[in-house]
Amino acid sequence: MKQSVFGITAVRKLADNTFETVLSGDVSEIRPGQFVDVALPEKFLRRPISVCDARDGKLTIVYKTVGAGTKQLSEMQVGQKLDLLTGLGNGYDLSLSGDRPLLVGGGVGVPPLYMLCRELIRQGKSPTVLLGFNTKSEVFYEREFLNLGAEVSVATADGSYGTKGFVTGLMQGKDYTYFYSCGPMPMLEAVSRAATSEGELSFEERMGCGFGACMGCTCETLTGNKRICKDGPVMKRSEIKWPTRE
Amino acid sequence: MADTRVKLGDWTLDNPVIPASGTFGYGREFAELYDLNILGSISLKGTTREPRFGNPTPRIADTPSGMLNAVGLQNPGIEKVLSKEIPELKKVFSKPLVLNVGGFSEEEFAYCCAAAANEESIGIIELNISCPNLHAGGKNFGVTPEGASAAVRAAKSTAKQPVYVKLTPNVTDITSVAKACEEAGADGICLINTLVGMRIDLRTRKPVLANRTGGLSGPAVLPVALRMVYDVYNAVKLPIIGMGGISTAEDVVEMMLAGASAVEVGAANLVNPYVCRDIVLKLPEVMDRYRIDKLSEITGGAH
Repeated sequence: MKQSVFGITAVRKLADNTFETVLSGDVSEIRPGQFVDVALPEKFLRRPISVCDARDGKLTIVYKTVGAGTKQLSEMQVGQKLDLLTGLGNGYDLSLSGDRPLLVGGGVGVPPLYMLCRELIRQGKSPTVLLGFNTKSEVFYEREFLNLGAEVSVATADGSYGTKGFVTGLMQGKDYTYFYSCGPMPMLEAVSRAATSEGELSFEERMGCGFGACMGCTCETLTGNKRICKDGPVMKRSEIKWPTRE
Repeated sequence: MADTRVKLGDWTLDNPVIPASGTFGYGREFAELYDLNILGSISLKGTTREPRFGNPTPRIADTPSGMLNAVGLQNPGIEKVLSKEIPELKKVFSKPLVLNVGGFSEEEFAYCCAAAANEESIGIIELNISCPNLHAGGKNFGVTPEGASAAVRAAKSTAKQPVYVKLTPNVTDITSVAKACEEAGADGICLINTLVGMRIDLRTRKPVLANRTGGLSGPAVLPVALRMVYDVYNAVKLPIIGMGGISTAEDVVEMMLAGASAVEVGAANLVNPYVCRDIVLKLPEVMDRYRIDKLSEITGGAH
């Protein structure tokens, strides 16, 4: 964990209620699948936001404006400063990917897969990326993943873009060595059930501190109680205790 | 040279700054950031007889100048705290600790204090008779003088270390509870615990916290804490550890003027993990500004 000040260098709207903010600062400790904790003016608690990309002193975060904090963040101007805790959470384990990993993202769970995808390609792997959204106006980052050189498929629940249906539908018939996923809880459970390989999934929860001190985000797993912020947010498929376990 | 030392009974602390129970875990996350030995002491995560998972999530909500928590005393149980967590912490922290003990029965208080009796690294026991999050398993000891008194007697029957009682602010008259603790043999008073509050999600139209209610802490509660410390200082002769919304060195001085001999810093740790270190480093400068040579001499100075 590192505390430092970042400056906003760009803000753009990507899709309905979805924004991308680019910041400049010290990104030296950031790994794929980690998150940052953003201090916002006049908000007491920091806001945990997943890292979309971090390289060359540039941090990219993509988030949905779900509450007052994220809305405030989206309205901040280029040049404004933000106090961040970086290097939070365990991140994805890239050593397990095999040659043909599958990356499955849903909605606002898509961003952390971007840095992962970039790193996997850099390591000579051939990732396949499956992205799921509710509707066409919520789709983002398809072009960005294609530009990395990944094979990309998109599904929308209402069929307004890409394949109609859930992202798990795109998994059928795919041949892969390992999977990485991030998205809403019901999607993660469906992905975990549909997967034909081992893999890991990233979770979210309301957090107090974001670095393991307050026990605000504890969940039960098959390997004991874990703090989503410190022991997660990424969990192995084999250790997850699903809420609707049969 | 500013003298930041303070006393709690026979125990002299290098400075009055103690991270509050439940906001500092067992110190591990913070030890990665700075040398913990700069602190006066550390109050450990609230400990019960049995391991507890705590409440379902969401357990945390943001509030104006503060936060709500309903963690529900998640902890690995007293045996594991003594056999694993304290030995781990002792590797990086060499001063006496504050052991925060919670309980759902008089027997549980007595059991935990007995279990901890031979642990030499524990400077004082901090008796949590006031956690407002827990509704399962019985009454809240801290809301009546009789309940508080019973908890203190149970703890004192087995404790080898001084017993400080952490009071809940969710009462009609906190001085009557403090007096009852003094009469029951308590060695000191800690206050305030969190204030019961709620937030409601406009989208779902339901309380944000799974527990519905949670404890309010952070700068929002500082004036409430100051008033209560001030009142309790008048009511009892015991040393007081003041807490509630402290996040700066100035807040420490203010809390001591109200009547505290030492302070705990809670919610601020979750926002700025360096805050306790920063306060300790800033104290001499603030003391100098207000012409304070010996910090211990200002306790109760506002009376």
